[in-house]
Amino acid sequence: MTVTRVTTDPPAGTLTLTATFAAPVERVWQVWADPRQLERWWGPPTYPATVVEHDLTPGGHVTYFMTGPEGERFHGWWRVLEVDPPRGLRLEDGFGESPDDAADLPTSRMTLTLDPQPDGGTLMTLVGAFDSPEAFAQVMAMGMEEGLTLAAGQIDELLS
Amino acid sequence: MVVDVLADPLDAVFHALADPTRRDIVRRTVAAESSVSGLARAYPISFAAVQKHVAVLEQAGLVTKRRHGREQLVSARGDSLHAAGVALDQLADVWRQRIDRIDAILTDPEGEPT
Repeated sequence: MTVTRVTTDPPAGTLTLTATFAAPVERVWQVWADPRQLERWWGPPTYPATVVEHDLTPGGHVTYFMTGPEGERFHGWWRVLEVDPPRGLRLEDGFGESPDDAADLPTSRMTLTLDPQPDGGTLMTLVGAFDSPEAFAQVMAMGMEEGLTLAAGQIDELLS
Repeated sequence: MVVDVLADPLDAVFHALADPTRRDIVRRTVAAESSVSGLARAYPISFAAVQKHVAVLEQAGLVTKRRHGREQLVSARGDSLHAAGVALDQLADVWRQRIDRIDAILTDPEGEPT
């Protein structure tokens, strides 16, 4: 049973998420470290992710795109800042085909920590931080697609 | 989940952003203030249809409109904490869904590393 807790702090522009999984740290690390597994959870079913580049070493890039229902593609990337397999990862997260053409879009920083639990499970902590509320608002407009697809689908379902 | 979304005061925001043209209007007006007529030229729809979209976004608190001469200028409310809060809640939701999918992979034998 997975227990998830998400707290947000709008003035600080941060989001903290904790989840516990009934699987060892090494196994949970694989869903991040194996691009084929990452593809299975990063994008919602209606916007599946395809991982193009996947280099989890300091300075390495992970690039991906999500494909929408009409074939439209939304590109995103990670720039790996620190990596400590299988315990954690710190990265910069942005939109665009690669960190090099990120131009003037705001990015966020994400810190992943995997902690072994006494019962053999894993506590996953994820902290996302944006530079400012403005950066958030801009990311909202850019990144809305993935989150909203689900919300919109739920609304459609209720309206039909 | 469905009930949560609808019970939430963010419903208007969800509804407003469920339309691709409206999402695009928000995206454009975050970057720079745009006139309604300028927006109308960007889409294969009428001036009146764009005005309607802008009104829905305005009601959801996502954009503001001001008059400048004969133009109506639209800008996304990128400066407000409201927007940040909406974005954070949105992101939190994205992550809840992701956690569910990770959980499914971890409990699916086919998800085992090979």
